[in-house]
Amino acid sequence: MKGRIIEEKIFTLLMAFSSLAIFASLILLIGSVIFKGAPALDLAMVTEAPSGGFYLGKKGGVLNAILGSFFLAGGAVFISLVLSIPIVMYINHYSSKGSLLNTATRFSIDVLSGVPSIIFGVFGFSIMIILGIKASLLGGMITVAMLVLPVMCRAVDEVARLVPEELPESVHALGATRYDVIKVSLRQILPGILTAIMISFGRAIGDAASVLFTAGFTDEMPLSLLQPAATLPLSIFFQINSPVAEVQNRAYASALILTAVILSISLSVRIIASKMKKKVVK
Amino acid sequence: MPLPSFIPFKGLSAGKFKNISARTLFLIAALFINFILLSIIIWLTVKSAPVWVEKSIPGLLLSQVWFPARGGFGMFSFIIGTVLSTLLAVILAAPPAILSAIYLHEYASKKIMTAGRTLIDLLAGIPSVVFGLWGIITVVPLVRNHIAPAFGINTTGYCLLSCGLVLSIMIVPVIMLMVIEVLDGIPNELRESSLALGATRWQTVKHVVMRMAYPGILSAVALGISRAIGETMAVLMVAGNVPAVPSSVFEPVYPLPALIANNYGEMLSIPLYDSALMFSALVLLAMVLVFNIGLHIFKKTARYGGQTS
Repeated sequence: MKGRIIEEKIFTLLMAFSSLAIFASLILLIGSVIFKGAPALDLAMVTEAPSGGFYLGKKGGVLNAILGSFFLAGGAVFISLVLSIPIVMYINHYSSKGSLLNTATRFSIDVLSGVPSIIFGVFGFSIMIILGIKASLLGGMITVAMLVLPVMCRAVDEVARLVPEELPESVHALGATRYDVIKVSLRQILPGILTAIMISFGRAIGDAASVLFTAGFTDEMPLSLLQPAATLPLSIFFQINSPVAEVQNRAYASALILTAVILSISLSVRIIASKMKKKVVK
Repeated sequence: MPLPSFIPFKGLSAGKFKNISARTLFLIAALFINFILLSIIIWLTVKSAPVWVEKSIPGLLLSQVWFPARGGFGMFSFIIGTVLSTLLAVILAAPPAILSAIYLHEYASKKIMTAGRTLIDLLAGIPSVVFGLWGIITVVPLVRNHIAPAFGINTTGYCLLSCGLVLSIMIVPVIMLMVIEVLDGIPNELRESSLALGATRWQTVKHVVMRMAYPGILSAVALGISRAIGETMAVLMVAGNVPAVPSSVFEPVYPLPALIANNYGEMLSIPLYDSALMFSALVLLAMVLVFNIGLHIFKKTARYGGQTS
């Protein structure tokens, strides 16, 4: 056999082996979370808050953390949506392409999306001290909003850039202002915005390091913006650190819930994106 | 729609007025996101000033003495912990991730490619606390009961190796997704002409595809690295968290994010402790920023070079 054919065989084998190893370990990951979590998952887990002695193996569930996570991620995504659309529309429609603010803003978005979430946690905690807020649902929302803002901006910007140039041009030609152009292109990128919301939500609900100091943790239901709120990732973290086996099993069950939530979000992103693509003017 | 009379823009139509107000509001939003980045950097620098003024920056970075109660705030073992666990993760993750991405994109059938890509895409969204949990269930016992005994070493399993393994599994989907995206961008004509000249598939990959894709692949690896540097929860759960420079992969490490997560928010009584933790956050941020900005510059120059050659 020629050398090049041997090389081909060797590398094909290596590649096949790498793929197998990667997919096997990722499937093992999901598998072990399901395998360990499913037996501990019961109705009480998703319908009850922790009762007294929950962390010693007594009754209760993690409904408070599930609700807390949903409220927190929902609030954070709402704040960052309200900010990100003006930002993206400004850099795409108002400011000119090479201007300092335009370049700086894109750069900031890029850099912020690489900043570790623990840094946002530290910074958010400092902001809360300045504003005089204790660790609370609101504090967590503000912090996580900063964390997902660059994610959201990137996702919206990606679709905003794809709007065909003829569209704003024809709106301009009708004598409309840039603000009208923005309204038209927003309608055009609505499916993209929905996808951006879902992606940010998935990111927000899974992050633990940013809420560690800012949202606090409690066994109560999250009923007020100014009270501490439990979140699923932290609930998993605290349960796995318990020495009681039953509580550890519940950590696996909570992880299963969190993974299921996030996977169903990503799946629905795909479905929505493929369905709504058809309705957009090309 | 006529404007209400109290608005002092007599010459403006309602449409123009709306346009100007929208422009101003949007400008404020755009300034705001720049302000966030700047204020994080300034805030961390200012808040950590007491400690780096008193102990000097090189003194903090190079000292190994971590003894907050007696004023020892040496960061060296934490920095080394971050660097080593990131390096280990990348060495373990990058080669298989790149090879597997090439396999999916260049060798596998379209069906397998789509399925693989979807799976990887879904897995990239799994939160780090789940990876950490999996590390505790699977990786730590594996290291403790099988890998370390094979070398005749006793370990708790909460060590550099576990940390690197968990991080590597975490960044594999990140690297793979981006490499696949890069490969997508390479025109098929190039592959076809190479194959038509009688090259094998691997030769085509090696000489044609890789030559064009390497800047993109390097940035994919860099993205994985930057994710690993800042990862907190997964690392916190499996690294062992002992502030010392490890002498083997079976010894515990204490990366910077774990230090912050473990101690921030409860250090009120010790002088300078708060400031020292702010300094560790600043160091972490600086590592990530230098890396990302370097990558930014590299991508610009590399793309330019690719176009001209």
